[in-house]
Amino acid sequence: MALLSKKDTSLILDPLADNNPITIQVLGICSALAITAELKASIVMALSVMFVLGMGNVVISLMRNIIPSKIRIIVQLVVVAALVIMVDQVLKAFAYELSKTLSVFVGLIITNCIIMGRFEAFALANGPWRSFLDGIGNSAGYGLILIIIGFFRELLGSGTLLGYKVLGDPIEKTGLYAIGYENNGFMLLSPMALIVVGLIIWVQRSRNKALIEEN
Amino acid sequence: MSLKSNLHNLKEKYKGKKMAPAFNAIHTFLYAPNETTHSGSHVRAVDDLKRTMNTVIMALVPVLIFGIFNAGYQHYAAVDAANGVVRQASLFGNFLTWENFIMGAWTVLPLVIVSYAVGLAVEFLFAVIKGHEVEEGYLVTGMLVPLIVPIDTPLWMLAVAVVFGVVIGKEVFGGTGMNILNPALTIRAFLFFAYPTWMSGDKVWVHQAVDLAGGPDAISGETILGYLAQGKEAEMSYSVSDMFFGFIPGSVGETSTILILLGGLFLIYSKIASWRIMVSAVIGALVMGLIFNGVVDAGWITETSKFYGLMSFAFWQHLIVGGLAFGIVYMATDPVTGAQTNKGKWYYGFFIGFISVLIRVFNPAYPEGVFLAILLMNVFAPTIDHYVVRGNINKRLKRAKNATILPRDGEGKAQELKAETV
Repeated sequence: MALLSKKDTSLILDPLADNNPITIQVLGICSALAITAELKASIVMALSVMFVLGMGNVVISLMRNIIPSKIRIIVQLVVVAALVIMVDQVLKAFAYELSKTLSVFVGLIITNCIIMGRFEAFALANGPWRSFLDGIGNSAGYGLILIIIGFFRELLGSGTLLGYKVLGDPIEKTGLYAIGYENNGFMLLSPMALIVVGLIIWVQRSRNKALIEEN
Repeated sequence: MSLKSNLHNLKEKYKGKKMAPAFNAIHTFLYAPNETTHSGSHVRAVDDLKRTMNTVIMALVPVLIFGIFNAGYQHYAAVDAANGVVRQASLFGNFLTWENFIMGAWTVLPLVIVSYAVGLAVEFLFAVIKGHEVEEGYLVTGMLVPLIVPIDTPLWMLAVAVVFGVVIGKEVFGGTGMNILNPALTIRAFLFFAYPTWMSGDKVWVHQAVDLAGGPDAISGETILGYLAQGKEAEMSYSVSDMFFGFIPGSVGETSTILILLGGLFLIYSKIASWRIMVSAVIGALVMGLIFNGVVDAGWITETSKFYGLMSFAFWQHLIVGGLAFGIVYMATDPVTGAQTNKGKWYYGFFIGFISVLIRVFNPAYPEGVFLAILLMNVFAPTIDHYVVRGNINKRLKRAKNATILPRDGEGKAQELKAETV
């Protein structure tokens, strides 16, 4: 017997591609633009959101029958805020430099549309195990796009990956820089992140025509 | 059989094939196609898109040739200056020389070739993939791009920027005629944000200045706006006539205001470009320049202010330095990205001139803002048109409401109606 049923598998795998929170539902764009100039920050952001969404979905799912529907948004906010503060404190304690890079954007996970969206759309109507899988799946889909964007922005913008100078040293002119290559400063600016997101959406939709909206 | 009918037969033979658009593009570039419209009323005119584009290119050719000579001239002038000799520009004495031409052609023509080769390759690629005809939009863009970049821009950077500009600036919106932003300026903006060290400073405007930097033969050439932004106008040895005729450092084609002026008159005469945009942009720039001059005259800023150099620059001289004239004549008047309504063109042009000078003075990193101003107004052009059209509709609605409708039967009823409607 498989560990996960077919439905459970699709809960995890769908958001990775055909129902991706960023490229299909166009949620969580702000953080995708703000913190993807470095790959490391993208990875940490992806993991933080994975923790918050996975745990949050479970908590909301467990409480779904006792939350009065009139005040459910405020309850959801309390849950997210508690989880985000935990993430923030952990980052400050163990990765202080990185938490400075991410600065306000860790706190802004609270307002990440994906999180409230999944609470509303899934956790309020499903059991804890499925909600957990849904949370992991959606945050993985979010994280995947973040890491792709972070990869290209750091590689082309700074010539490094996770801080390693993979293209050579721009000051001592080694590697690619010896033949006249230069870093693309535009890649470090947010508009280019938006364009990279657009290119990913373009590639995805040209490979899967079913995703193209009628207009 | 003539070449023309041969080409026509080939076209019929390969109709519907994948490479057909690429072939048709070359075919119609050489000849008018054989097909004629058989039904309906139609206008016979020769000014199709290709002809329009070619007219603009003709207006650009003098600027390009001047740019070639100036590239060589600025190089040798900078070498002289490094040796302590101050050159006085004279057109036939030391400007139109073979030495300058060869040096200039050797550096400018590769820019032109790369721009056209890469841009047209992208254009043909998209036409073949999407199966539509190749559009002529790149003909002008390809000529504009080498004219608005610094002389020593590395060719690979130009190629990357052209791919970016044509794909993101134009093709993603649906190709020629559908783009929001001027592709040539998108390319310029990409270069500016991606590789700022190659786009500003006192080393990029003179050929070989970057290569020779730091050595014993180091040369440099600051633009006039660069001198002003650093408050070094006293070191500047250019006269107003140098600025007007274009014997100054700058992007390849932007320096010669007189040739740009002639090109602009030619475009207005041939009705290709809108005189409304040009005139209102000039007015806008003058107004902003006057405001800055007024601020200086009123004594609101002191000579220690970092804006003093640019703000105290005589308002009309803004028009003859930097890329303002080139931008107004060849870029702001792009019929696709500009405002379409006549009234809208006045607003559109005015704000281009106004904002250009504003950015030029206040941009701390780079004392030029024409391309940013035009891109900004490209974005606002549809909004301007929308309000002009709405305004017109409202005006006519009001007129229709107040109009007296005279019915056929009798005077009495007409009076009654009039009393009701007014």
